[in-house]
Amino acid sequence: MIITETTGAVDTGRAARRGLFRIMLRNPLNVASMIVLALFALLAIVGPWIVPFPPNLVRPDLVNAPPFTSEFVLGGDLAGRDILSRLIASAQGALRSAAILSVVSFALGVSAGLIAGYFGKLFESISNWLFSVILAVPGIIVLISLYTIVGTSTTLAMAVFGVLVAPSMYFMVRTLTRAVRKELYVDAARVSGLPNRRIIARHVLIAIRAPVILMTAGLAGVGIAVQAGLEFLGLGEPAVPSWGSMLTDAFFNIRLAPEQLVWPAIALGLVTGAFSLISIGLRDALEGTYVKPSRRERSRRIEAVRHGADARTEEARESPPVTHGPEPDGTLLLEIRDLEISYVQRKAITTVVAGVSLTVREGEVVGLVGESGSGKTQTVFAALGLLPDEAIVSSGSIRLGGVELLGMPETEFRALRGPGMAYVPQEPMSNLDPAFTIGSQLVYGLRAQNGCSRTEATEMALAMLERVGIHDPVRVFRSYPHQISGGMAQRVLIAGAAASRPRLLIADEPTTALDVTIQAEVLDLLRDLQQETNMGVLLVTHSFGVVADLCDRVVVMRDGRVVESGPVRDVFDAPKAEYTRSLLDAVLDHAPARGELNTKEVTRA
Amino acid sequence: MILYLLKRAGAGFVIFLTVTGLCYVLYNIRGAEAIARSLLSTDAGLDQIRLKVVELGLDRPLIVQYVDWLGGTLTGNLGVSFASGQPVSALVATRVPVTLSLIAVSLVLTVIFSVLLGVLAASRGGAIDRVVQGLSVVLGAVPSYWLALVLVIVFALGLRWFPATGFVPITQSFWGWAATVTLPALAIALGSTLGLAVWIRSSIIDMQRRDFVRTLRSRGLSPRAIMYRHVLRNAAAPTVQILGLMIINLLGGTIIVERVFALPGIGSLALDAGQRADIPAALGAVTFLVFVIVVINLTVDAANGFLNPKVRTS
Amino acid sequence: MPRLLSVEDVVVSYGRGRKRHQALNGVSIALDEGETLGLVGESGSGKTTLGRAVLGLVPVESGRITFEGRDITSAPAPERRRLARQLQVVFQDPYSSLNPSMTIRDILIEPLVAQGLSRKAASARVAVLLDRVAMPSGALDRYSREFSGGQRQRIAMARALALEPRLIVCDEPVSALDLSTQRKVLDLFIELQERTGVAYLFISHDLAVIRYVSHRVAVMHRGEIVEDGHAREVTEAPRHPYTQRLWASNLVADPTEQAERRATRLALAAATVP
Repeated sequence: MIITETTGAVDTGRAARRGLFRIMLRNPLNVASMIVLALFALLAIVGPWIVPFPPNLVRPDLVNAPPFTSEFVLGGDLAGRDILSRLIASAQGALRSAAILSVVSFALGVSAGLIAGYFGKLFESISNWLFSVILAVPGIIVLISLYTIVGTSTTLAMAVFGVLVAPSMYFMVRTLTRAVRKELYVDAARVSGLPNRRIIARHVLIAIRAPVILMTAGLAGVGIAVQAGLEFLGLGEPAVPSWGSMLTDAFFNIRLAPEQLVWPAIALGLVTGAFSLISIGLRDALEGTYVKPSRRERSRRIEAVRHGADARTEEARESPPVTHGPEPDGTLLLEIRDLEISYVQRKAITTVVAGVSLTVREGEVVGLVGESGSGKTQTVFAALGLLPDEAIVSSGSIRLGGVELLGMPETEFRALRGPGMAYVPQEPMSNLDPAFTIGSQLVYGLRAQNGCSRTEATEMALAMLERVGIHDPVRVFRSYPHQISGGMAQRVLIAGAAASRPRLLIADEPTTALDVTIQAEVLDLLRDLQQETNMGVLLVTHSFGVVADLCDRVVVMRDGRVVESGPVRDVFDAPKAEYTRSLLDAVLDHAPARGELNTKEVTRA
Repeated sequence: MILYLLKRAGAGFVIFLTVTGLCYVLYNIRGAEAIARSLLSTDAGLDQIRLKVVELGLDRPLIVQYVDWLGGTLTGNLGVSFASGQPVSALVATRVPVTLSLIAVSLVLTVIFSVLLGVLAASRGGAIDRVVQGLSVVLGAVPSYWLALVLVIVFALGLRWFPATGFVPITQSFWGWAATVTLPALAIALGSTLGLAVWIRSSIIDMQRRDFVRTLRSRGLSPRAIMYRHVLRNAAAPTVQILGLMIINLLGGTIIVERVFALPGIGSLALDAGQRADIPAALGAVTFLVFVIVVINLTVDAANGFLNPKVRTS
Repeated sequence: MPRLLSVEDVVVSYGRGRKRHQALNGVSIALDEGETLGLVGESGSGKTTLGRAVLGLVPVESGRITFEGRDITSAPAPERRRLARQLQVVFQDPYSSLNPSMTIRDILIEPLVAQGLSRKAASARVAVLLDRVAMPSGALDRYSREFSGGQRQRIAMARALALEPRLIVCDEPVSALDLSTQRKVLDLFIELQERTGVAYLFISHDLAVIRYVSHRVAVMHRGEIVEDGHAREVTEAPRHPYTQRLWASNLVADPTEQAERRATRLALAAATVP
């Protein structure tokens, strides 16, 4: 499979390792969370020394004292203790809970995940089973049972909880490790003789670093919340102040002094919220979230493109394409004139199609040929109305049968799809819905088009499958996409496209992903269908062989513009543009064969 | 498909055994005598303790006790409460409607609203999307009992729209039941609803960018048909799995929320019985909860098998 | 003189129980020093599996692989490490054969460090390597994503050459590249072979590529070798019906010739219909 240009979707950023911190700082929420967590850590460490009063000191005169009325700044609780001091002193316990939980789940989950993911086999089967069982164990229940029986040891409870949440860490690490293990650069390292432990250290750990940190941050927040919950239920070390027990105390007093609930609630909410925000912020910084551009943003971008001139458009105006021969006869089906497509990312404008013009007439097969980045796929997507949201068509016209397509409302456009023009994609497997059988996809499409009954549609679908050369149509009809081969899938896609008897068929590298022998057969099929229905075909390809086999005319593209076009024989025999010449020269068909090895000439450097 | 479900049911049974076994061990970890002592008055003599031990069958080896209990449980006999002498099944039966109401209502609320919000956020984008994401962060970070407390303060004590405590069975009065169940179910469901909504939203957006959706558009299918028939269907399978995990968390929330709203459910039974060393009662509560989890898992597996052909046909 | 590489009756299978699939059905090939043996076939032919078996990346069920006279069929890890000095690889996908999180320098010194060289000594050697594949030395501190497909393949080639091996297994090294880049990279392969005397086991599905770069060719189909011989003969006048079909299915970038070839292919297909 040739790496052709992407769909042009704007890359919202895979952060480089160094830039991660800087990216996170851009979001004020992240900054706020980091400040909160830093404060929390600070309080946890120095808390015991800076509290205004000892947390367990009882002042009977200040029982339920309202806030801001005495030396107990935030008031006194139901036993006459200073709420502020208890608030600060609780931080240490919370931090310890978070730390123990994180360490235990990290140690267990990461080590087991690495070994299972990398070495697999028996270890993986056993640990998969083990962690699945742990995952199914309802954590709260076990913790409650543990607490009431064994006594009130926060450390033990958090350690046990660490074991109970380890499965999520384990499964994530295992999946990531497995994925890295399959990468070719790991194979290359193995061939170089790198021992397994070095491969794990060098390649796997780097890949799992970020997700693991992310998950640990999330788990730490969960630990604090759960610990507070258990203390709220009354299971905790009674002499140690904690936000959970403060909530219980305040809860008892709820009718007398409901404001006592506020302080521990805020503290708890802030800290757990900060952990949660940080882990989300990390994830967003690493992967980049896709946000649909709002209408205002789109208009702004369109304006930017209209005003900005791009080097490509300048170039295109300076060197117009070479055309061979006069315009051919025949009814004009598709007419693309001076098409320009751009993408805007932050402030940079990239023009991927810079003034492209071409035509397709009834009954002719036009090959659109170019290397990756030439803009050929973008051009046909524009004609099909399948460009991604971020694409901006800044100028030009696309007419189908004389009707202007650009700017046409989507509902009208939809009516054209099918009988007007149909599309055959490149990758057969990823273009079939994996959740439905082939038959049901075909039948649904047919009924949507013709409004016929299910029986009629089934018959038509089976006939179509046979028409495209599938020997056992009934079996394929009943199969799911993952049960058929790539060649068959491509035939199914062609059947789906041809079913609506389109006037124009646009095929995007329809045979690139197929084996050579299958490719020839699929090209035969396209040829037969075209001759049978006299439809016009616009065939996008990188291969001159495909052009030579199937096309009547050829359009050569490079860097977003047309370089040369004309009847196939003329262009192949006498290419006028230098680029076309260099491409044809690069073709290996007529290059000299290597010949036999001359053993005397073999030198060892 | 049948084979797949049978295998999953088998796995569920193994989980049942593991959890009840584990809890059995934990409850008995202090030793027979300590347990007996906590059931008697504080000045009980050694002889009384030993008698109690034999009376309750605590002198037998642990594994024998467990197998005995298991045999009884599988035939519907959950034993007899150490504290009150009542059959545990009766105890559990009175509390089941409470917890079941909570679970059912919060589940229904979660599923309905998360799908609605998720689809809305994915299709409209813009402000709705941001609000949903923001809310999910805020509500998801805080624990459900925290939400419960806030709800009690605002709606029960402040606005007096709902009762703060107590439970009215649905058989007695529908509106009374609804009133007592609303706040607790909200507390449990809010966090997970928004979390799931965000997940659904991301899943949908991810699906919409897939190749086959583009090809479907090229066939002239309407956006509605594409969304409801194809996109949601494909997004459903991973969503169902996440839902399964969330439900288990939901259960944990149920226990704590029962305490806040003073609801006489299974959670508080487990808590109280555990503290009183009333092992059969505590185990009875645990059994019910594990049973619910296993049933939920099986349902999720069945849904997954239905939605995901690859799982079914391999 | 013993062959550099000799594969005898090798059988490789995947999967267990009902899903067991034989990727290689008793395959034999041989390769001499400084020679390029082209392995051509479609998907499922087993050509990639054969390459991976030689490299020790998949276990061999039965048969023998001999390298420089030594049996390496089920060589244990320490021996594979020693072999690494003589036997290297270049993969197809230039996007996943280089770790995106590592600098080019780190990627290139990895094989040297694996063999026991110090980081400093390895770094010194690496600049020379880049020069050989016509890449600027400024590339050392960049990341793979900053380079094009063709450039990444050059880097992969440099990595393969780092240990000065005697045989490099090339698994579809140009299949993911643009047409114009393909020719340039193939010329680089040929030039390096002529200069250093390294041998290639060159795997590809493209008959034209194989023809351009190989001395001898072996055609694979469904886990077996159906034809082998000198490149010119096999690719221009094949004898086995499958090879003929493969040849006829290959497209030629000339409308007249392609029309003729198509006619030949259809005639062949008609002749084999029972």
